[in-house]
Amino acid sequence: MQGPVIAVENLKTHFLTRAGTVKSVDGISFHVNKGEVLGLVGESGSGKSVTGFSIMGLIDPPGKIVDGSIRLNGKELVGLSEDEMRKVRGREVAMIFQDPMMTLNPVLRIDTQMIEAITAHENVSEKAARGRARDALARVGIPSPDERLSAYPHQFSGGMRQRVAIATALLNSPSLIVCDEPTTALDVTIQSQILAEMQQLCAETGTALIWITHDLTVIAGLAQRVAVMYAGRIVETGPVDALLDAPIHPYTRGLLGSLPSAGVPGQPLMQIPGATPSLARLPQGCAFAPRCTLASDVCRTLAPESLAHGQDRAARCHHPLDAPKVAA
Amino acid sequence: MTDTPISPAMLAGAAAPVPKEETPFTRFRKAFFEDKVAVAGLILFSIIVALALLAPLITPQNPYDLRSVDLMDSRLKPGSVAGEGFTTWLGTDGVGRDLYSGILYGLRISLMVGFLSGLIAASIGMAVGLIAAYAGGRVETILMRIVDLQLSLPAVLIALILVAALGKGVDKIIFALVVVQWAYYARTVRGNALVERRKEYVEAAQSLGLSNARVVFRHIMPNCLAPVIVIVTVQTAHAIALEATLSFLGVGLPQTEPSLGVLIANGFQYMLSGSYWISFFPGLALLLTIVSINLMGDRIRDVLNPRLEK
Amino acid sequence: MLAFIIRRIGQAMLVIGVMVVIVFFGVNVIGDPVWMLISPEMDQSAVEATKIALGLDKPIWEQFVYFVGNALQGDMGRSFVHGEPAIKLILSRMPATMELALVALFMAILIGMPLGVYAGLKPETRLAKAIMAVSILGFSLPTFWVGLMLIMFFSIMLGWLPATGRGDTVRVLGIETSLLSLNGWTYIALPALNLALLKISLVIRLARAGVREAALMDYVKFARAKGLSQRRIVGVHILKNIMIPIVTVLGLEFGSLVAFSVVTETIFAWPGMGKLLLEAIQRLDRPVIVAYVMVVVVLFVVINLVVDVLYSVLDPRVRLTEAKA
Repeated sequence: MQGPVIAVENLKTHFLTRAGTVKSVDGISFHVNKGEVLGLVGESGSGKSVTGFSIMGLIDPPGKIVDGSIRLNGKELVGLSEDEMRKVRGREVAMIFQDPMMTLNPVLRIDTQMIEAITAHENVSEKAARGRARDALARVGIPSPDERLSAYPHQFSGGMRQRVAIATALLNSPSLIVCDEPTTALDVTIQSQILAEMQQLCAETGTALIWITHDLTVIAGLAQRVAVMYAGRIVETGPVDALLDAPIHPYTRGLLGSLPSAGVPGQPLMQIPGATPSLARLPQGCAFAPRCTLASDVCRTLAPESLAHGQDRAARCHHPLDAPKVAA
Repeated sequence: MTDTPISPAMLAGAAAPVPKEETPFTRFRKAFFEDKVAVAGLILFSIIVALALLAPLITPQNPYDLRSVDLMDSRLKPGSVAGEGFTTWLGTDGVGRDLYSGILYGLRISLMVGFLSGLIAASIGMAVGLIAAYAGGRVETILMRIVDLQLSLPAVLIALILVAALGKGVDKIIFALVVVQWAYYARTVRGNALVERRKEYVEAAQSLGLSNARVVFRHIMPNCLAPVIVIVTVQTAHAIALEATLSFLGVGLPQTEPSLGVLIANGFQYMLSGSYWISFFPGLALLLTIVSINLMGDRIRDVLNPRLEK
Repeated sequence: MLAFIIRRIGQAMLVIGVMVVIVFFGVNVIGDPVWMLISPEMDQSAVEATKIALGLDKPIWEQFVYFVGNALQGDMGRSFVHGEPAIKLILSRMPATMELALVALFMAILIGMPLGVYAGLKPETRLAKAIMAVSILGFSLPTFWVGLMLIMFFSIMLGWLPATGRGDTVRVLGIETSLLSLNGWTYIALPALNLALLKISLVIRLARAGVREAALMDYVKFARAKGLSQRRIVGVHILKNIMIPIVTVLGLEFGSLVAFSVVTETIFAWPGMGKLLLEAIQRLDRPVIVAYVMVVVVLFVVINLVVDVLYSVLDPRVRLTEAKA
């Protein structure tokens, strides 16, 4: 059995600002297997985007990966020189961003932007590269790909642009694609279309996906496994169905409970009281304690370790819901 | 579960001290003083203004008083002693005037002309911009067309033609400088006012039945001041430079009211023969004035510009 | 696209028309218009005779029509000082000014772009900060003073370059140019540099601001995520984006270069339109002043038009929306 496509171990990405050290990612570990979709869920400020950028090596000063390891297909990414990292980016791991309008350069044509993604890594003729780009566009469902290649980004609709971004990501057949909220900025109808298409594409190509989002409903239909992030840490992981049916961490339960679909018509929607803590001034102990109904003294003084809760499930909590603690 | 429980932690947070509110000016002051270069500019500028204001008290000679000027003193090198017995630290010019005195008096004129024209232009420009933005429709179109026309022509030429037609004199120079500057203020303020106009406080003021004039000048205008302040500094520096240029070309201020530009022009002819200081020192004074204003203006702009705030 | 150009030309003509009205009535408001057409030395009876001969005793509207009619035929009076038709005089000096302005523009781009891009990419380095400080200087220094300093330094003290005058000219396509000889370049170097200094600061600031803004854009992050080299990101992605505003601003600034040449030409005794204008002002050669104003106004309107068209050609977003309209 092949090892995971990507294995992240105790990753810590901190930002050293004048206001203090912001611990955006403070010790997370997860892995994604070939052909698998991992959903990375959290509120804004939880550190999920920073995780994505850390994997891509796109953390700029004052940010820095201060600890941990990221192994892509067995190769260690942390500590690589910029040149070496550049070779990995776009080739072995690709990224799709949230706002398709801004990710494509408005003054360059689509073919230029796709061809350069190929020629940056391989020595192919422009004609051959163009052919590949054309095929990629067709694959993501863009009609008349030849004409579309010569067009400019603003001539596409939002959904189309995101498809172009997806096609670009797939060009060099990477083992992993990091998707940072790619459907958040799109129409709901387009969202579900793209989700379905991506799922199919990845099943076909065997590409692993990390799908970063704040929207649990998106994850439900797409991912096989889920990791829930809060204040820079992963508080729960597990297979999607099990996690959604029976969450272990109070935060996960809070998230599920606050979904509009979980509400009772006529009753106010449930909210998790309080606000996310500032990542520069994390409280001692469990970061969720100030908002947690089950919090006790131990929660406020001691940060919980990640403990296994049955096959392939883990959670960081002193008072996990339901499942009894099993010695790891 | 419909009751949101209040955890002890939340209560503890409510009792914590609230940080004291800073006024916008305090924030601005702090941000401005962070940049050492800008502070240097401020210090330099303050020194220059102080020197200019105190000129009659700290100069050995009044260069406009023809009786105190002796032709025998002409073109003395810096540091030499004049006939009257005082040291000419910066030398003398072609007719025997002490350059140090001349520069300080010249500074007064240059600064005055620059500031006055800047203030008048700002006032006129702001008024036009506010009216255009508030009135809208045809009034706005006409006013803005005039502004655009004015702005598409270079300042130097407009000023040149104007003073050529009007002749020399302080009032005429100030007029020309105002004509050249007002349009820039008008355009900026109008842009700002257009944005402000759509904001709720304007509706609120209008619904209170306040007169148009009051809404515009008491409510909208204060919110448009930030970019105006930025422009005032830069434009003043430009105005000073423009006046100097015009005077240098011989069409600006007359010899009876010599600004720095006139002094430099006077010294031009002596440059090739070696008496470089006659042009150099007034030029240096002009330079320092303009640079210090620009340094401050740059910083002010960086601080007040919301887009660049990290 | 064609409709766009025609519309802009129409607007341009309107502006010229307005300017003609302003200039004409401006001259009339300031003084007796007859002074515009005669030498200040004539005595009273000669003045009266000229007035009648030129139809200046007729109502002002007729005079305006007369003026416009003449102007359209290219006749704006004769220079008092030189005796030649004013317009011919101005046009004969135009190539020299254009030459100076163009060389200055290219210098500004050549020097300013690399410095500005560097300052934008690495704003925290000492070099970048030094560049910005120097650019403030270039912006603040009055042109004429810089010109004096350049002469003092390069001509008098170092003796490397001539202080005044223009180099040997060669006739190309009917226009005289001094750029084809080394000697010509030694003469144009200082005045062009003087003129360019103002714009160099502007280019540096524009380039730096543009690069800083572009560097924050998502498409740069995306380009990095694709694994593109820094060289390509800057050289293609960022540059293409900042060129648009830079080109348009510079195009408009070209007009101001022509205007400022008045100062530079005077200091360096460069035989262009600007120097002619100043002499005309000093000697009250009014026909030349009027002719200069008209020529410059037309020039400006043409420049604005060209820049507008250029902008829509360069920015695909504008080009394509115009095409749809």
